[in-house]
Amino acid sequence: MARPVSMETASDPDGRPVLRLQGRFDAAGAGAVWRDALRWARSRSGEAAGGERVLDGSGIEYCNGAGASLLLAVRDEVMRGGAALRFEGLSDATTRLVESLAPGEDTATSDRESGPGWVEGLGEATLELMADLRAQVAFVGEFAWMLGAAVLRPARVRWSDFFRVAHSAGIGALPIITLVGFLLGLILSFQSVIPMQRFGAEIFVADLLGLSMFRELGPLMTAILLTARSGSAFAAEIGTMKVNEEIDALTTMGLEPVRFLVVPRVLAVILVVPVLTLWMNLAGLVGGALVFRSLEYPLVTFVTRVADFAGVVDLVGGLGKSFVLGLIVAAVGCQRGLAAGSGSEAVGAATTSSVVSGIVLIALAEGVFAVIFYAMGW
Amino acid sequence: MSASDEAIIRVEQLTARYGDRLIFDGVDFQVRRGEVFVILGGSGSGKSTLLKHMIGLYRPAAGRIWIGDEDISSAEGEARQRILQRIGVMYQSGALFGSMTLRQNITLPLEEFTDLPPEARDWIASMKLGLVGLAGFEEYLPAEISGGMKKRAAIARAMALDPEILFLDEPSAGLDPITSAALDETILELSRSLGVTFVIVTHELPSIFRIADRVIMLDGERKRIAAIGSPAELRDGAEDAWVRAFFRREAVA
Repeated sequence: MARPVSMETASDPDGRPVLRLQGRFDAAGAGAVWRDALRWARSRSGEAAGGERVLDGSGIEYCNGAGASLLLAVRDEVMRGGAALRFEGLSDATTRLVESLAPGEDTATSDRESGPGWVEGLGEATLELMADLRAQVAFVGEFAWMLGAAVLRPARVRWSDFFRVAHSAGIGALPIITLVGFLLGLILSFQSVIPMQRFGAEIFVADLLGLSMFRELGPLMTAILLTARSGSAFAAEIGTMKVNEEIDALTTMGLEPVRFLVVPRVLAVILVVPVLTLWMNLAGLVGGALVFRSLEYPLVTFVTRVADFAGVVDLVGGLGKSFVLGLIVAAVGCQRGLAAGSGSEAVGAATTSSVVSGIVLIALAEGVFAVIFYAMGW
Repeated sequence: MSASDEAIIRVEQLTARYGDRLIFDGVDFQVRRGEVFVILGGSGSGKSTLLKHMIGLYRPAAGRIWIGDEDISSAEGEARQRILQRIGVMYQSGALFGSMTLRQNITLPLEEFTDLPPEARDWIASMKLGLVGLAGFEEYLPAEISGGMKKRAAIARAMALDPEILFLDEPSAGLDPITSAALDETILELSRSLGVTFVIVTHELPSIFRIADRVIMLDGERKRIAAIGSPAELRDGAEDAWVRAFFRREAVA
């Protein structure tokens, strides 16, 4: 085992401050004394003695790039304080290493400034946000145009992609939709039964569940699950294609990525999302019915109450809403993928951002729908 | 090789920027019909940027790029589609569509832009794959073949619509010398037999001497063209000592 590194400070007979380094200066060794050595370099104690300081390296047994960087950092720091540093007792190999690592006169410093101030940071963030917003508006425009074109000329749509996505986003989502819907119905009913029992009103749980599932929770939860399952998948898939230059390849083949990739995906999602919402509603009702049965009510009571209280308007309104939410989720997922930067990190960022923006936009749309439904008196 | 004097691509006063950073400034050159034209330069000199301008992926900060008599740098809509169908591009990574077999990769542009019946498309795909030495690999996925094969398949795809100009971005990057030489042979063969014009970004010297009719060398420092001419001309007669040294594979101090 090598001796651990050590450093000591002293003054030589001429009164110059001396830093003595001993031991093995690899990454671990240099790291162990780095801060102390630089603190010594910054101290102003030796300025009286003609401004020169000495680094005594005769005790250095081994020095690699990390050790040489330490020596150079110390020298740099001393010179910044207006003094000079002399290396003494370095082996030939270490001297050569230090010389070759020392930055030359003409070393170009990166013209990109590191660490902008917060004002600059704020400005950049604002510009980025504006650019992002502009890209989204442009995307919505292009997408609407392509969707219109797809309706006029259905033969131009990639139906093979459409069916593949409809299958994976639709049938593939059934288990999780069933599970979440069932739990939602079960928990909602169970939690409302407890306080309502005190008033003998537990029978109204059926009304409550039916209405809230059809109008709000069914479309909302389906959209959120779809963001997590399919929106993120679109972002990752298209983002990876972007990183692999496949999007560029499509563009130079004259195949617009929006028409080619986005339109079939969005069409598939807006087709399956009302069906999934219906299924979610059904699973929720089954969960509620289970609670109802455990209270010894006949099933027929539950069914009649739900059917009586939640009307067609509620159901259709909810489905219409789910249609719009599905459109948002799928389009955002695709847009984030197309907007991905380069590198694998960019794919991760695109996926995250597709889910986050998807959920934010769902919340916004829910708000808009609430206002519309209220104003229309539905 | 059948290079004529007719210019098929004319780059006029092309200036490119990324944000504030100037990549090159006022670049002028022409590519002749039927020649193998190589774009050369140190890393960061803007070779790939120049290529991406020439295929219409980037809009120039200033200047024009004429493909035949149409300006790809400002074309929109149908005019742009028309130009894009005259060119084919092989990307550095191949950029084959990972979820499709090689056959589907090649039939895709045929499906989109022609009325050929499916069996004709399949036949064309097999022929193009044969042209690049990949007969029999029609049903393979890109992930199932080697890097060199991917690049050749990407050339086959770029040729699906029989373009007049093929752009290749670093065809030999990441390939061993033998595979790289085989790829050069493929390029020469296509150039001779089909009269396709090639624009190739590379910095493989042996490959340049084998295939290039003319070379343009970009100067990353001064943001302009350092030299243009045949490889032998540049090696022996370039004004710039640095260019001559590059072609003789000498280290430049």
